[in-house]
Amino acid sequence: MAAPSRTRIQQISYLWTDERLRGIAFQLLVTASLALFFAFIIWNTATNLKHAGLASGYGFLQDAASFDINQRLIDYDSTSSYGRAFLVGGLNTVLVAVLGIAAATFIGFLVGLMRLSSNFLVSRIAAVYVELTRNIPLLLQIIFWWVIILALPRVRDSISVGDVLFLNNRGVRMPQPIFEDAFQFVLALIIAGSIGTFFLARWARKRHELTGRTFPVGWSSIGLIFGLPGLSMLFLGLPVSLEIPLQGKFNFEGGFNVTPELIALWLALSLYTGAFISEVVRSGILAVDKGQIEAARAVGLPPGLRTRKIILPQALRVIIPPLTNQYLNLTKNSSLAVVIGYQDIVSIGETVLNQSGQALEVISIYMAFYLTLSLLTSLLMNWYNKRTALVRER
Amino acid sequence: MFFRDQSEMLPPRAAPITEVGLVGWLRINLFSSYANAALTLVSLTLLLLVVPPFIDWVLIKAQFSGDSGEACSGIGACWAWVDQRLGQFFYGFYPAEAHWRVNVTAILLVPAILYVLVDNLPGAKFGRWYSYVYPLLAAYLLVGGFGLEVIQTDKFGGFMLNMVVGLTGIVLSLPIGVLLALGRQSRLPVIRLLCIAFIEAVRGVPLITLLFVAIVLLQLFLPPQVSLDQLLRVIIMVTLFASAYMAEVVRGGLQAIPKGQIEGAQAVGLGYWQTMRLIVLPQALRISIPGIVNTFIGLFKDTTLVIIIGLFDLLGHARLLQTNPDWIGDVDHEAYLFSAAVFFLVCFLMSRYSVSLEKQLSKDRH
Repeated sequence: MAAPSRTRIQQISYLWTDERLRGIAFQLLVTASLALFFAFIIWNTATNLKHAGLASGYGFLQDAASFDINQRLIDYDSTSSYGRAFLVGGLNTVLVAVLGIAAATFIGFLVGLMRLSSNFLVSRIAAVYVELTRNIPLLLQIIFWWVIILALPRVRDSISVGDVLFLNNRGVRMPQPIFEDAFQFVLALIIAGSIGTFFLARWARKRHELTGRTFPVGWSSIGLIFGLPGLSMLFLGLPVSLEIPLQGKFNFEGGFNVTPELIALWLALSLYTGAFISEVVRSGILAVDKGQIEAARAVGLPPGLRTRKIILPQALRVIIPPLTNQYLNLTKNSSLAVVIGYQDIVSIGETVLNQSGQALEVISIYMAFYLTLSLLTSLLMNWYNKRTALVRER
Repeated sequence: MFFRDQSEMLPPRAAPITEVGLVGWLRINLFSSYANAALTLVSLTLLLLVVPPFIDWVLIKAQFSGDSGEACSGIGACWAWVDQRLGQFFYGFYPAEAHWRVNVTAILLVPAILYVLVDNLPGAKFGRWYSYVYPLLAAYLLVGGFGLEVIQTDKFGGFMLNMVVGLTGIVLSLPIGVLLALGRQSRLPVIRLLCIAFIEAVRGVPLITLLFVAIVLLQLFLPPQVSLDQLLRVIIMVTLFASAYMAEVVRGGLQAIPKGQIEGAQAVGLGYWQTMRLIVLPQALRISIPGIVNTFIGLFKDTTLVIIIGLFDLLGHARLLQTNPDWIGDVDHEAYLFSAAVFFLVCFLMSRYSVSLEKQLSKDRH
């Protein structure tokens, strides 16, 4: 009895049932069609650009920008290059993101704790705030705050807060700290104190693990970081002073001005993201097992230590990953600044785009910028995450 | 006998008034300690400072009639513009005689959504098909053709534009998101890598940059003779944006499915697609519905971004009103407050729904 011989066609058709081969064939197909798709796009773009007579490439970044930027952290004037303008815009984005993240974190933790309060009124107020801000588009909130600030009185009738801070429709006039040369010494002390605290904390932790004896790290770090530099300031005769704005006839003298755009954007971003963060914080704290808190009570830990040593470390592990997401969201959302004319990277890029017509390049700069920020933040947070995860295993 | 014969129970005494009723509630919830009492007083003061003046401004001292900003009193809110502008806020520049088409589309939307979200409705089998056909029906009603007067999409505006962009985006992004989520978990390295790259790249940039792509770049990518409608271009980019987020939501659902389900499916001889279609996805999507609703809320709020590229949605019309010569300077806050209220109402109801679903799901699981 001879086994039925397979025909060639059958053999080939059996190949289809081989999962590995099928996988490879499928991947090849996808790669090829993607390559075709991109080739199509690139070819189209090249012909379209040629028809429009546009040059491509990043050479234009060296051309003079010839527009002004009011809000800037580094030197810039209208003779500076487009590249410099982008740098100014990027720094402005980072500025509002950092300010926003700080405020949103504060609001988020505060409101998150308020929502867990046993006080009915407090938790309800927090809930109303969260629902209101979360369910209204951020863009609307940004414009809303901007309109409110622009409706403030004119410079002449500024609202003064204790004669130090002045609110008007051109923003907020704030006192400016003036540093003398001797302040560098104080600054060095602060840095030295911080480094010292870091090592002190490490030493104290190790000793605590080995011998069980505790060391007042908190108090000594306050002494190191604030106490010593503060004392040295007194000895050096206060090398820093506040320049308080003086109300003149038309404008203020002294102090520095925060633009309405920055304030509106900062307020809206922090209030909006703060609401989301409060939910993250709340769920993180609720995620801590009730038994943990009861056990901490049973061994007699006072409330402060209970929060610091038992609840927070466990809650933070749940909180950190979604918190990172919120920080990234805030940074990306800061691009909405373009609507009210805060000169962030998108808003400046739009001006550059309109002037130079280099659409492809400008948009690629946007994307590269935000992708880098996202990547950096998530790397940083992953590192932190790993650290907190390690603590659990110890 | 010194003791009274106690054969009957004494009638129960009422609980002390400090523990029950209004007083008890107040004591427990508001004045349980000195600190709490202080907090309560501070909160009450804050509420009294904010709420009555706000209501006073919005309703009591408000002005409800008039033809221009001159009618506004300035001491209260001015709602005089509402009867003139309400149509624009909701329909944009859609021709007034065709407003019924938008209304019909909106009414027909209700069963289309219900049949997707609620089980065991009467006529469920037919209903599913209706939900699949609805998008075509909606497109026909809104754009026209085949007997209906054609209305160009640049006439779309107001709240209707938010709905169109948001709903189309979410409906189209769902299948793409499912495919991306499956691809991200695929054993084929090329597929996995491509999906991860797409998802992370899109999630890493703000929507606004994608909208810029829609406006200035998409035309560059296409052959010169092809010209896409502006609304269509926006919807394409919004869909791509939403599908990356959708993919992450669905991935969460996929990861929650026990491995035994997949192994079981393989054991009875189902192939990859059969396993996914019949076993994994029905369970995974079910878990993901709250996440999908949340993504939709986010996307819906993000539809306001179209004003940056020159379309006029609800927010856009609020801005138009704010800068209108008849009203300029008089109704700045009112116009935005009104749009905020509309968005809040819709998003709040959806988020409540999502929360109740989540509760239901966690109850089912335990």
